[in-house]
Amino acid sequence: MSTTKDVLTTPILKNNPIALQILGICSALAVTSNLATAFVMSLAVISVTAFSNFFVSLIRNHIPGSIRIIVQMTIIASLVIVVDQILKAFAYEISKQLSVFVGLIITNCIVMGRAEAFAMKNPPIQSFFDGVGNGLGYGLVLMFVGFFRELFGSGSLFGIEILPLVNNGGWYQGNGMLLLPPSAFFLIGLFIWGVRTLRKEQVEKPEYTMYPNTKKGAA
Amino acid sequence: MSSNNDSIGKTLTVTILLCVICSVVVSAAAVLLKPKQVANRELDRKSNILAAAGISDASKSVDELFAQIETRYVDLDSGKFVDEPVANYNATKAAKDPELGHPVPRSEDIASIKYQANVMPVYIVRDSANDLEKVILPVHGYGLWSTLYGFLALEGDLNTVVGLGFYSHAETPGLGGEVDNPAWKALWPGKEVYGEDKTDPEIRLIKGSVGAETPDAEHKVDGLSGATLTSNGVTHLLQYWMGENGYAPFLNNLRAGEA
Repeated sequence: MSTTKDVLTTPILKNNPIALQILGICSALAVTSNLATAFVMSLAVISVTAFSNFFVSLIRNHIPGSIRIIVQMTIIASLVIVVDQILKAFAYEISKQLSVFVGLIITNCIVMGRAEAFAMKNPPIQSFFDGVGNGLGYGLVLMFVGFFRELFGSGSLFGIEILPLVNNGGWYQGNGMLLLPPSAFFLIGLFIWGVRTLRKEQVEKPEYTMYPNTKKGAA
Repeated sequence: MSSNNDSIGKTLTVTILLCVICSVVVSAAAVLLKPKQVANRELDRKSNILAAAGISDASKSVDELFAQIETRYVDLDSGKFVDEPVANYNATKAAKDPELGHPVPRSEDIASIKYQANVMPVYIVRDSANDLEKVILPVHGYGLWSTLYGFLALEGDLNTVVGLGFYSHAETPGLGGEVDNPAWKALWPGKEVYGEDKTDPEIRLIKGSVGAETPDAEHKVDGLSGATLTSNGVTHLLQYWMGENGYAPFLNNLRAGEA
């Protein structure tokens, strides 16, 4: 059985849910145009994965196999609604910007994936930390993407001006594409490339290789 | 233990217990946090009204600043002040209520709002001599992706713009989203809504920027670059709300001192 530290830290780089498992991309595209929303979204996902893992694991021995996905969904959905309500009450401005994406945490494959793959087989405390770890892994990618998108798209970090924009009388011409969701694809792609360059074992084997051309003079 | 997990009885028990617990948690969160959320929405609305009117004072709270603003209700057809139609009146909800709103005929619906409330709230600021200083009017209309909701503030002459601000929209960040850019908003103060005809608004956004040689520059504001459809949306919503289906009858009454 793996230790709590392992459970917590492996999902951050070694088994990152976005970079290696390519889960939860949809929201990573939508909420990363600035760091503040990316940060709050990360916190929301961390708390949802952690607590959903915890509660699923708590009742894992009593969940009938036939309805286990529905049981997991119900727990996840309830937690997401609670998080959404809390954001609306205590971080109104940010929750306005995140709008539907908080609600869409329900459909984030990471949450469900961890509930099904880890929490159904492991004790509650371990599951809780696995949730935190996977949430952190997700948050790391979000912050990475948000950092580049906000810095080069709007010339600021956490809303504080770093590169003064031409629109506001500065010299920096913001890169408009970085403000649009597709740019996150490129950044996540670069992130995955970076991680796999550092950790060669993550590179998948090609599914097939070209058979060498044996016919003489065929070319 | 796990062998009989799949029995019908166990499945039903787990389902019912889970549903009851989850619904208690969810409704508790919703009910307990409701007052705070309502207060947030109210604060947001008030601070947007204040921002459009250009009233700001860091030393005072939004509520203190808002105390100087008088909220009145106007029947758009007659252009007269009326009482609040129902308690906690919400014009957005009222628009679709057959009692309180009406559908806008397509030929007149330049702002694509489809439904309009019969009565709209307006916000009035008076100076120390109790004369009209500013009037703040809620406006909305469709841009490219979304309905833009905002406030237009006018000077006491009911023609000169004090400010225009949108508090809710989902236009493209960096393009149409630039309606929130302070540099663009700063172009609005001093512009004039009407020319000679006080029911036919002249104000519009143009392509490119307004220079010294632009004819009728007092009625024109720079369009948003790269956001023609959002710019058109802003023009349309102003033309609609400042026209005869919007606030023009009310403003004319107010000018004549009869509202």
